[in-house]
Amino acid sequence: MGATVGVVVFPGTNCEMDTVDALEALGGVARTLWHADDDLTGVDAVVVPGGFAHGDYLRPGAIARFSPIMVAIARFAAGGGPVVGICNGFQVLTEAGLLPGALQKNQGLKFLCQPARLRVETTDSVLTRRAERGMELAVPINHFEGNFTCDDETLARLVGEDQVVLRYAENPNGSVDDIAAICNEGRNIVGLMPHPERACNPLLGSDDGRVLISSLLAAAV
Amino acid sequence: MEYEVLVDVQLRDGIADPAGATVERSLPALGYQGISGVTVGKTVRFRIEAADENEARAVAEDLCATFLANPVIEDAVVTVGTPGEA
Repeated sequence: MGATVGVVVFPGTNCEMDTVDALEALGGVARTLWHADDDLTGVDAVVVPGGFAHGDYLRPGAIARFSPIMVAIARFAAGGGPVVGICNGFQVLTEAGLLPGALQKNQGLKFLCQPARLRVETTDSVLTRRAERGMELAVPINHFEGNFTCDDETLARLVGEDQVVLRYAENPNGSVDDIAAICNEGRNIVGLMPHPERACNPLLGSDDGRVLISSLLAAAV
Repeated sequence: MEYEVLVDVQLRDGIADPAGATVERSLPALGYQGISGVTVGKTVRFRIEAADENEARAVAEDLCATFLANPVIEDAVVTVGTPGEA
């Protein structure tokens, strides 16, 4: 049996079933986790999926970070457990302080729903260990607040410590240094704006997301 | 004593403000000229029990730092007054 991955559901999350389907198609066991619970027993990895947790009221992720499950996730991550935040999940992880920086509104002020070409910048993360450095992946984006920003010192650290996981081949949203995904110093927490779970079947136009989801499953064992 | 708190949250300089930009762009069509620097932020109001104004302000500023604003992209200004003042 494959690794068990907990998929967090907040009120307003809407990508949890796509994520469950992708994980299970690749041999994982997926279990949804309600945000008000705080038990990660039996979970080998956690995905915080996309959507609009708590309606994105105040700011994306601002209220979600206080949910009981986030305390359990912080503890799980501190012990080295793999945690991936996709889109709104990335916003939640930055608000929770598990990843640096913030996601501001897209440059150009448009909601973006389109394919994006990504370049794998490091294979030393729970999301890219099965990929190859320099590999290009076609994975869709779907966001309004996906413009990654941070201060110069943080950016220098992310670049210097090889914590930039994915970059856009063509920057769609104004993200600093074309950043699409970052990881923490421990390399077990990754946040990304693109949706790999929506690129796991050729019928969807690309299955380039499989290498990312497979990496997470490999990291979770 | 109960204090009334008003928190004004605005995006920091250099952070994209599509709402402000859209409002500003629409002004000439409405016949308004010479208006610039439009920003659209958020106002949060609440009442707070505290021993004095300084304590009320300290709690409100702590709340801003941890929850009401994201210091990476936003600034918050706290105004404290007695009910009906702030």
